[in-house]
Formats: sequence, C-alpha cells, structure tokens
Amino acid sequence: MTQDIDTTDRALLNRLQDDLPLDRRPFAALGQELDLTEVEVLARISRLRDTGYLTRFGPFYDAAALGGAFCLCAMEVPEDRYETVTEQVNAHSEVAHNYARDHRLNMWFVMATESAEGIQATARRIEAETGLQVLLFPKEREFFIGFRVAA
Amino acid sequence: MTLDATDRRIVEVTQAGLPLVPAPFAAVAEVLGLTEPEVIDRIAAMKERGVIRRIGGAPNHYKLGMTANGMSVWDVDDGLVDQLGEKIGALPFVTHSYRRPRALPVWPYNLFAMVHGSTRDEVDAKRAEIAAILGDACRGSDILFSTKILKKTGLRLRRKEG
Repeated sequence: MTQDIDTTDRALLNRLQDDLPLDRRPFAALGQELDLTEVEVLARISRLRDTGYLTRFGPFYDAAALGGAFCLCAMEVPEDRYETVTEQVNAHSEVAHNYARDHRLNMWFVMATESAEGIQATARRIEAETGLQVLLFPKEREFFIGFRVAA
Repeated sequence: MTLDATDRRIVEVTQAGLPLVPAPFAAVAEVLGLTEPEVIDRIAAMKERGVIRRIGGAPNHYKLGMTANGMSVWDVDDGLVDQLGEKIGALPFVTHSYRRPRALPVWPYNLFAMVHGSTRDEVDAKRAEIAAILGDACRGSDILFSTKILKKTGLRLRRKEG
C-alpha cells in the first residue's frame, strides 16, 4: 500500500504539513532544506498529488474567515434507505464532506455555505426531502494546534 | 473579516491548489493580471489575518496506511472543557479538536477529537490516553469510526453573481 513512496517522499510529506516559505521560488527554498533540487521537489510533489498521497497542495483557507459558514451535521438514516439518502444529501453542493460512521447517528457531513442562514436553510431542505432530522453541531471553539500525521 | 475583490479572485484561482511550477505566485499573477509582488503581498496579508492558515499539502491518511480514523467524542464538564480541550488538541495524534453543542438526549458529547491510527487497537489506546487526561471531568465518551467516505470535495468559495 505504501511501497511506492521512499524516505525522501515521506520527509517531503512531513515538511509539507508545515508552511511553505512565501518566497518567489518556494520549491527551491524547500529543496535547500531537504537537499533536493527545485526540479526534484516539483516532480515529487506532482507525483504525490497524482498518486493521491497528497489530497491537495496549496493555500488552506479558513472557511469562516472567507465570510462563509461551516457546520458539522449528523443524521440517523435507516439502513434500507441509506443509499437513497446518501444521494439526496450529496446532491447539495453545500455538502463538502460526507462520511458513513458506525453509530446510531450513521451519517456525518460538513456543510459550507455563504452565510449562517444558508446552513439552516440547507438543513431544512434535506429534512424536507428525506423526512429525517438533521442535527447541527457548529464548532463553538477550536483547539487547533496543527494538522499533522507522521508519513 | 472582509476580502476585497482582488483577494477574492486570488482565493478563487488558488483554492483548488497552487500551480506546481517554479514560480507559482507569478503564475497566479499572470492569470489575474496582477504582478508577482502584489500576489505575494496579498497572500502574506491574508496569512496575517488568519484567512490563510498555511500553504502546504494535506496527506491522505488512508494511503499512508492510517485506515482507522476515529472521531472520539466526550461529555466534559462545561466549566473545564476549554482548559482540557487545549490539552487534547496538543496531543500529537489528534488532528482536529473542537467544542460543539450537545444535542440531548441523543447526543451528550461536547468535545470532539479526531484520532488517526493504522489499526483500531492503536486508536483505542490513544483514546485511553485522552480519557486519562480528562479524568473525572468526563462523564461519558464514545468513538465513531468512519466506514466509508460518501463525498469529499474541497470547500469552495462560490463566485459572487453579478
């Protein structure tokens, strides 16, 4: 599963979880840190992105700071309707991520909208379409240290 | 926190990713009819204001063999949850941690911590570490493993009409 990346790729994946220098040639600067050329850094990042080891590469915007609203939602979906409800929920462009989870509340998704009213409105629409309750879990406080996994 | 029209255009062209070329900010500038220093200055200002958290990559946990990803949830004393939440958020195996409202009676939990590991046993051991930190302030907990990704798109800023 992970044989197609080497130690240099792992070092790069770890380094990319920290901030990229805001430099005209940021990949050259990264290369100096990792003892790689600019060309090698770019080639490796491209490959990691193309093979799916990196889900994305670029600026990480704070959704709330962009003026939008953001909310974790959960539903209790009957097993025999799970597929249909998944399609109904996913059809909304406001639904960014959606995960099946092993709990009575078995569908968890994140909504992103332009405004707080948009969250409520989308939740009400999903409730009307599915006949199921949408529980809203907006973040009240974030204990944010960093998003980091050891590659 | 408001973005002006030029900031919004920078967000629109970079939210799917930064071009993988030697001078990515010059490439963004070219698309938008700006200069490279303007783009760098505006990105620096957005970082300063917290609009941009960082520029970098998001690794795919699943591809890295971390297939047991648990959302641990905790019912923590309201007077202690913020102080304890800071400690939980600082743990190296917790990638996101939030205080959220309860939804009684079905959902008594107010502290959420995402725990990543390669096996469920590993994640359970990490969950025990969190429980030890929370101690008596915690009245109950659960862990929800994801069994399937149903949808995953980046968060997108929608183009303003008109």
